[in-house]
Amino acid sequence: MTTAISLDNLDISYSGNRVVQGVTFDVAEGESFALVGESGSGKSTVLKAIAGLAPEWTGGMTVLGKPRGHGPDKDLARTCQMVFQDPYGSLHPRKTVDAVLSEPLAIHGLGDRSERIEKALRDVGLDRRFRFRYPHQMSGGQRQRVAIARALMLEPKIMLLDEPTSALDVSVQAEILNLLKRLRAEQNLTYLLVSHDLPVVGFMCDRIAVMTKGQIVEIAPVTALHDGAFSDPYSRTLYAASGG
Amino acid sequence: MHAWLISDSPASRLQASAGRAYRASGMLLRNPLAVAGALIIGLLIFTAIAAPWIAPESPVGQNLSNRLLPPSADHWMGTDELGRDIFSRVIYGSRITLMIVALVAVISAPLGLVIGAISGYFGGWTDRILMGLTDVFLSMPKLIMALAFVAALGPGIENAIIAIAITAWPAYARIARAETLTFRNAEFVSATRLLGASHSRIIVRHVLPLCTSSMIVRVTLDMAGIILTAAGLGFLGLGAQPPLPEWGAMISRGRVFILDQWWVATMPGLAIILVSLGFCFLGDGLRDVLDPKSAGKS
Repeated sequence: MTTAISLDNLDISYSGNRVVQGVTFDVAEGESFALVGESGSGKSTVLKAIAGLAPEWTGGMTVLGKPRGHGPDKDLARTCQMVFQDPYGSLHPRKTVDAVLSEPLAIHGLGDRSERIEKALRDVGLDRRFRFRYPHQMSGGQRQRVAIARALMLEPKIMLLDEPTSALDVSVQAEILNLLKRLRAEQNLTYLLVSHDLPVVGFMCDRIAVMTKGQIVEIAPVTALHDGAFSDPYSRTLYAASGG
Repeated sequence: MHAWLISDSPASRLQASAGRAYRASGMLLRNPLAVAGALIIGLLIFTAIAAPWIAPESPVGQNLSNRLLPPSADHWMGTDELGRDIFSRVIYGSRITLMIVALVAVISAPLGLVIGAISGYFGGWTDRILMGLTDVFLSMPKLIMALAFVAALGPGIENAIIAIAITAWPAYARIARAETLTFRNAEFVSATRLLGASHSRIIVRHVLPLCTSSMIVRVTLDMAGIILTAAGLGFLGLGAQPPLPEWGAMISRGRVFILDQWWVATMPGLAIILVSLGFCFLGDGLRDVLDPKSAGKS
């Protein structure tokens, strides 16, 4: 097994304020790894640093064995994509689904656009009717499917998921989670999921890292969510708070 | 056709954008002021195109035996001090007005848009330098600065257009910057960056389209001011030069006779008022349709 993402003693700052310190973990290829913790614990920041949206970091970071630069880069885009939390903010309000999905193809000069877009829509379970709709003509769940389709357009190996369902209704959440689980099995994706929702994590992931105050306090297998076998006191509190 | 346009699942790019335009124009048509404005602007454009066929006489042909005749069946708006038909001159003047307005808009709106978007998108030092420059231009009254530029460049219609364009862009840069700031940290911009898009691609393809609607509204509303500035320059003798039938210059000539031959100055003045009003109405209507902030209030 090769490592998809490897972080070694990573510190991340926003304009000089260090918000995450000493984060170290490895995600194997094909694995689904979760970062859990309450709001402000720095879990999304770790994701942003990997994606290149939080360039102020020190420490070691490799993605698929290659050292990672500090900003977004075009080569990384082919292997690593991100799905954002808010499907209302992550789609351009004046662009049709077709325009949103052809953008990555245009940036990377890929052909067969029409076929690729149709395939991506099929993959995320959207009817062809949606292809020329604007975001305001779709529901939150449908928008999130479009956002997932956009991330998949470049056929990445790694998907960074930033609370992909927390802005959605409970019934829609289940659909999106099933979709993500199916896509992972079909396309052999590696997931790095950020969530504060332990049941979601229990459903989606193989291993979890518990974060608080910008640090990882414990990395545990997902079975800990069933039997409560956490060693760190904070993890146990979090587990108890979610009704486990 | 109607069903094809309002379909919520269009089958092609063309149908999707046609449907959006159709819905916007429908909203515009429900706004009586906007329709009035559009009609006035339509009339202006038509008059400018068809001037040779509408105008009964030449705008520059002099006839000293017909000096300063009051409005009558022969001369609907009377004649001026050189016996020229004022109606014909007003008709031909619409060409000059339209040209000024169109050229100023074409020069200053894209300039302001690009400067504002770059400033807002990058922030930091880029923002400080560009906005400092904008503030310098904004801090001076428009007409005074236009006057200074025309004085430096020499009087004439082209220089008047350049001068007005130079004074008009800072306001647009401010608006574009403010708009850009509201969504430069939006997730769709981040998502596009993660796809590997360059900054210039993001600004041109993703940021600018979102600034254009408020820009169109603002430019339309500013048209009235542009016409007045152009007329003001013409009035002061720094805009269009005689014998060009520019409305501001015509008022300036009529000033001498304003007490005894009121029509010489009044008729081009009415034309200026009408066209300015038309642009204001249209701008207000467009704002209701295009500006997302005011949408849903009515």
